[in-house]
Amino acid sequence: MTAAVLSLGRSRLPGSRGLWLAALAIASAVLYVAFAGQWTLPHDNDAPTFERFLDLRSWVDANRNSNIVLVVVVTAARTILGALYEGLYAVLAAASWPGLTAIGAAAGLLVGGWRLAALMATGFLSFGVLGLWERSVETLALTLAAVAISLAIGIPIGILAGRSDRFYGAIRPILDAMQIMPTFAYLAPITMFFLIGPTSAAVVTVIYAMPPAIRITALGIRGVAPASVEAARSLGATGRQLLAKVQLPMARRTIVLAINQTIMMALSMVVITALVDAPGLGKNILGAIVSHNVGRGFDAGLAIVIMAIMLDRFTTQVSERLDPGRPDAARPTVGPWLRRIAIGGALAVTAAAVALGVTEFPEDLNFSFAGPVNSAVDWISLNLFFATFAFKEGVTYALINPLEHVFTTAPWWLVTGVIAGIALLIGGLRLAIITLVCLLGIVALEMWEHSMETLVQVLVAMILTLVIGVALGILAARSDRFSAVLRPLLDFAQTMPAFVYLLPAVALFLAVRFTGIVAAVIYAIPPVVRLVEIGIRTVPPAVREAGVSSGATPLQLLRKVELPVALPALLVAVNQGIVMVLAMVVVGGLVGAGGLGYDVVAGFQRRDFFGEGLAAAIAIVLLGIMLDRITQSAGSQRRAAAGAAVGHAA
Amino acid sequence: MSSKRFGRLAVGLVAAGLVAAACNTGGGASKGTVNMAINPWVGYEADAAVVAYLLEEELGYTVEKKVLAEDVSWQGFESGEVDVILENWGHPALEQEYITEKGVAVDGGSTGNVGIIGWYVPAWMVEEYPDITSWENLNKYAELFKTSESGDLGEFLGTDPSYVQYDEALIENLGLDFAVRFSGSEAATVEAIKQSVEQELPLLFYWWDPHWLNAQVELVRIDLPPYEAGCDEDLEAIECDYPETDLNKILRKEFADEGGDAATLIKNFNWTNEDQNLVADYITNQDMTAEEAGKKWVEENESVWQAWMP
Repeated sequence: MTAAVLSLGRSRLPGSRGLWLAALAIASAVLYVAFAGQWTLPHDNDAPTFERFLDLRSWVDANRNSNIVLVVVVTAARTILGALYEGLYAVLAAASWPGLTAIGAAAGLLVGGWRLAALMATGFLSFGVLGLWERSVETLALTLAAVAISLAIGIPIGILAGRSDRFYGAIRPILDAMQIMPTFAYLAPITMFFLIGPTSAAVVTVIYAMPPAIRITALGIRGVAPASVEAARSLGATGRQLLAKVQLPMARRTIVLAINQTIMMALSMVVITALVDAPGLGKNILGAIVSHNVGRGFDAGLAIVIMAIMLDRFTTQVSERLDPGRPDAARPTVGPWLRRIAIGGALAVTAAAVALGVTEFPEDLNFSFAGPVNSAVDWISLNLFFATFAFKEGVTYALINPLEHVFTTAPWWLVTGVIAGIALLIGGLRLAIITLVCLLGIVALEMWEHSMETLVQVLVAMILTLVIGVALGILAARSDRFSAVLRPLLDFAQTMPAFVYLLPAVALFLAVRFTGIVAAVIYAIPPVVRLVEIGIRTVPPAVREAGVSSGATPLQLLRKVELPVALPALLVAVNQGIVMVLAMVVVGGLVGAGGLGYDVVAGFQRRDFFGEGLAAAIAIVLLGIMLDRITQSAGSQRRAAAGAAVGHAA
Repeated sequence: MSSKRFGRLAVGLVAAGLVAAACNTGGGASKGTVNMAINPWVGYEADAAVVAYLLEEELGYTVEKKVLAEDVSWQGFESGEVDVILENWGHPALEQEYITEKGVAVDGGSTGNVGIIGWYVPAWMVEEYPDITSWENLNKYAELFKTSESGDLGEFLGTDPSYVQYDEALIENLGLDFAVRFSGSEAATVEAIKQSVEQELPLLFYWWDPHWLNAQVELVRIDLPPYEAGCDEDLEAIECDYPETDLNKILRKEFADEGGDAATLIKNFNWTNEDQNLVADYITNQDMTAEEAGKKWVEENESVWQAWMP
């Protein structure tokens, strides 16, 4: 049975795909005209499903102390997490600002050389200069605690997943749910188990940050050359020896990348966890929103960006040094004497600072961007509003409104049928079944109308992300200078918490769906630009020269050669972008985007809406899995096709 | 090689020293700790700034401020993590659960502030369309409020989901040609109001007093059919304006009974909307921290707070 489904999944429909697509388009247009306004599923705030979810929470509430195993596990986890955070914080705080700066610089020097040392030192000092030393250390400690737990659990699971296809297949939907399910949906119930403060914050951060650790570790283990594994096997290595002596050492570099991604994910939780009183910079950002002081929020956001860049560059360097393909990888960055001086110096500074009791960063050195940022934001929202407003009106009337009208007035079975049909044409029966299950699940959750609204917003955000991202990616691939200027801006866009620029966005576009879309586009653009740039830059020079010598203009070159070759990277970018856009749906709910995001926010804020919020969160997961699988399937096929084309051209 | 060994030894030594230093955190004598929920709006922070300052400076308590959403704050009464909510805007469902059923919280009395919720428009609209302030004329102006979000109807800007609200039912029952669009947060509403004043964009919205923004921009309340006792019994059929809400404090039961001077001060805390707006203005517009704002108000209003002292 399974075998039959699998083989069906790989089979394609007979005939041209374009023909089928045209038939599908015509049939759906006819059916839409005939049945528009019928079989719609209007939203009902009192749907029975929501009641059942609410009852479930009340039941958990009432019985959470009666299951002794659960109580023991939760208490143990709480104690460990609490002690880990408190311990890390105490050590980092005790090291004080001169100590941490010196240690950071020395570590940077040993791992990556002078540039990294300078980055680490400047980074630590900037926390103090921004007047955010203590908050930054809290955030660092909480992030490191959550990352440590994520890795301690995630890497072993990732190793298992790397060695067993069946296991990986089984946990994949769980990983998807952990990553896509909005934290808002379970934040309040979690605090009932893990209490208000850092422990609950660490738990939700682990839930969000662990999946990449598992996925990338599995990828690393799988990536070990089969020849090496075979060689070890033929020498009689046991499973454990194979893992310890071959697979783990060879996958080491990829596993460091997993650490890198886990850290980035954990840092993106800083603001949301502040809603349950997590210590750290998130508090400053929430406070800035409450008191409408965008500039203050910018300072704290900047500290998060700096921390992300420091940790990213540091772990990237570590990973590069572990690259077995690089001849100089194992060579120390500095000589033995300098090494000693660096370590000794850092330790001496730390010891001196501790002995002298240096704690406060000198206030004379403080600098805040709050004033200039606030003036700039005020000026822009007063004087550029006419332009931004017109842009919003244009996109809303031309794209959002017509699409939303079609999706919410079409019969639910028609929308389901068309999307499943597209999935069938792109990826075969298996993909069509996954799509069908996701959409029917949304119907069963009684979340149809809001899901369609959100789906439209996600589609419009993706269109805008691709248009802007591809354009920037092409420019970056053409010009090294543009690329160099763009890179820090992309880092900024990806790591600056959306909460910081949410208020200016509302000032420019008002509390509307488009504002949520803007936040999503800003967040999703960086990976798209990077992937497109890499895609175009990897066009083999021979292919490009062939095009040039046959008299192609730059535009023709782009259209006929570069973009087709870069298409696989582009489709990976679409896939990445969709997950990131979905992560912003809830943020949209906070600024008037309505749809599923608003339901999730309401579910967090109000007990009586909990059921509706949870249903909406599950609907987001279903939409996410559906869009992810469809774009992934499209990507993997194009990759195969493009690979063949490049081979042919060369 | 020796360099490596030296490094490890030295790192180990300093790490041990750091742990020792970390454990050696001193603490001054305190009469105890008060766990204060901070709900995310400035008016609440103003209350908290003054009460926390008095608890710490006058009575010698330590105040642990916990920034929390309302729902999570109430949960804290049960787990013992929250001692007090300083400004409660009438949540019958939560009061029923935590005060009546579970018995873990008690009403701590009025803050003296009166919450006025209603429908508002910016003042420039009233100058231009003087009769707009009566709900009966709203349909005449519905066209004016049409936006890209509201289809053929006028837009009514609804609020943060956690606030008490029944605008959808009101619009339906009063037969108004409007559709509710939810801003999703107080912050988004504030930005929308500011722009409606600065750019002269028509806006009809859910709003309330006390709020610091009311000191900066002039807003006018729409006259809905007046509130009468009992007219809000069936929220599906409601046809009247929001009632005035007496804002009150909620205390954890045990804290209320055994909290000593701290509990007494909090129970006695009582001031006016003007007092609160003043402190809120310090925080939002004069760039003071909550501590600075609390200190300033306390120094200038001794006669008011002396009456609260145990």
